[in-house]
Amino acid sequence: MIDSTYLYVVLLFLFIPVILAIIRIIKGPTAPDRVVGLDTVNTIVIVGMVLFGAALREVIYIDVAIVYALLSFISTLFIAKYLEGGEF
Amino acid sequence: MEYLDILIIIYFVIGVFFNVLGGVGLIRFPDVYTRLHAGTKCTTFGSIFLTLAVIFIGLEIWSNGDVNGSVLAFHTGAALVAILLTNPTGAHAIARAAHRSGVKPFGAVVDDLEKTPAKAKSSKKEAEK
Repeated sequence: MIDSTYLYVVLLFLFIPVILAIIRIIKGPTAPDRVVGLDTVNTIVIVGMVLFGAALREVIYIDVAIVYALLSFISTLFIAKYLEGGEF
Repeated sequence: MEYLDILIIIYFVIGVFFNVLGGVGLIRFPDVYTRLHAGTKCTTFGSIFLTLAVIFIGLEIWSNGDVNGSVLAFHTGAALVAILLTNPTGAHAIARAAHRSGVKPFGAVVDDLEKTPAKAKSSKKEAEK
């Protein structure tokens, strides 16, 4: 049986790409750059929720991760449609 | 059981490595499209391995006699399917929106895709005439 400590160490390492993506959101010269950074942060947050659910043995966190994945997908599509400037 | 633990730790290492690579690529690349390439593909690949490791953890708990492990494994599989379906679609939508809103690729001299709609329209008009 694997110890929960490994999962917490993995979560600590996942802070690195989140911080890099937030730097890209702050710096990014154009709006699509910022959307790309936001999309990356969303994916890593989903994985973080799944890892927390496994570490704490709580299945409800993983259900929250599924709903978060679908909602972030819809928000990404909406922002892309807005940047495109077309009709909805 | 020890072999499964070693496999889970290897999957964790692969997943964290590719997620960090995605973050580094997001900083280092010069352009929206290349940044999208790094930030979406690497992150999806790393997320597949991390969720597979959690699925193996759930199966291990299940084999030790706790039924909650099966729920953990199946719900993590549903989250994996959600990531696999939504992530490439969102990346494609962002790339399309960036191109339509006029962001040029880095160092691009000629944009072949730019003239495609006008060409199609003009050729259509010529065909009508």
